[in-house]
Amino acid sequence: MDKNEIKAFIAKRVAKELKDGDVVNLGIGLPTMVANYIPEGMNIFLQSENGFIGLGPAPEPGKEDMRIVNAGGQPVTIIPGGAFFDSATSFTIIRGGHVDMTVLGALQVDEKGNLANWMIPGKMVPGMGGAMDLVTGAKKVIIAMEHTAKGAPKILKECTLPLTAAHQVDMIITEMGVMEVTDKGIVLKEINPEFTIEDVQNSTEAELIIAEDLKKMEI
Amino acid sequence: MNKLISIDEAVDMIKDGMTIMVGGFLGCGNPHKIIDKLVEKNVKDLTLICNDSSFPDYGVGKLVVNHQIKKLIASHVGTNPETGRQMNAGEMEVVLVPQGTLAEQVRAGGAGLGGILTPTGVGTVIEEGKQKITVDGVEYLLEKPLKADVALISGQKVDKFGNIVYFGATRNFNTLMATAADTVIVEACEIVEVGDLDPNDVVTPGIFVDYIVDGGAN
Repeated sequence: MDKNEIKAFIAKRVAKELKDGDVVNLGIGLPTMVANYIPEGMNIFLQSENGFIGLGPAPEPGKEDMRIVNAGGQPVTIIPGGAFFDSATSFTIIRGGHVDMTVLGALQVDEKGNLANWMIPGKMVPGMGGAMDLVTGAKKVIIAMEHTAKGAPKILKECTLPLTAAHQVDMIITEMGVMEVTDKGIVLKEINPEFTIEDVQNSTEAELIIAEDLKKMEI
Repeated sequence: MNKLISIDEAVDMIKDGMTIMVGGFLGCGNPHKIIDKLVEKNVKDLTLICNDSSFPDYGVGKLVVNHQIKKLIASHVGTNPETGRQMNAGEMEVVLVPQGTLAEQVRAGGAGLGGILTPTGVGTVIEEGKQKITVDGVEYLLEKPLKADVALISGQKVDKFGNIVYFGATRNFNTLMATAADTVIVEACEIVEVGDLDPNDVVTPGIFVDYIVDGGAN
């Protein structure tokens, strides 16, 4: 798989976690692609932290309205039944436990469910935006990312970069498999048949617990 | 009571060294005409409280590029490379705040609260130097209120008393900042007579607004 195919593969698998009626916030980049794979007939309410619920697809060329943009500042649309609100209400939704699922990328994630995705000291300090609130408040936190950074493990025993939040990650989905963060550590629940368990472990610094009923990762 | 003033009169109220709040999210909902005039008049050493520093050529990002900001309090600066450059070069102080915390700090400032307790940031560098308070076994950070000398906000339809109706995703921090500054100036896309707005549609009551500037359609 090339890079785009890997991203689409991960996004498709994340989409299988969606449940009818879920309120979902998708991070920028790969997580945004999950919106392309919402199962037909399923009602998902996409929340946009800049101030609305009911995020729709990009407008037709020429119909962009810069007053309706997503959290990346790009023109989008709002679906029928959607609603606009201010940032206090937006984060009441996010922090108050009204978001069923958030999907974010990561620089590092560790076996205690810690996440680092907002800065590399001295190099890249974009700021956390809404990520810290999302990870703290959402009922389910899914990290969707490529398994390694050019071969270097991103799933670690302990994050070394500044944390976005402590002990909040529930699930990690990569091109190699689906992992759940538990009290005992990271459990490999599903594996992409293109890889062996050894391949996955060799790309992971944290020691994986292999689920007794390890399944094939399907999209 | 006449709240209508020119853009020049509005910007003349902003002096070197003041703390200003500017509503908007990556430029969406920024009061663009006032910002352009602020750039033209080159007011310096401002402390800017805004969700982000937008893009270099859009909204509040222009104030950063023009070296008018001494200190920035924001949740995200990644879309404006000039912010990162000035921060790393020590030319501008940047305080990064989780977005939900920033919203509540501004709300607290306007609502007469002594601060808010949030779980966001516990166990991260954000908790450094802050008081931690445990309520019913859960740890929270005490985040203090934020206020400003002047708030610059934008509204879609504004009546001559300052009642504001918003459009789309432009309300973001505008509704909150309208409550949290000594002087509040709204840039209106459209100004209407008192009585023309249905009170059911008003989001920001006019009592919060001191001055109104005609921004024209953005």
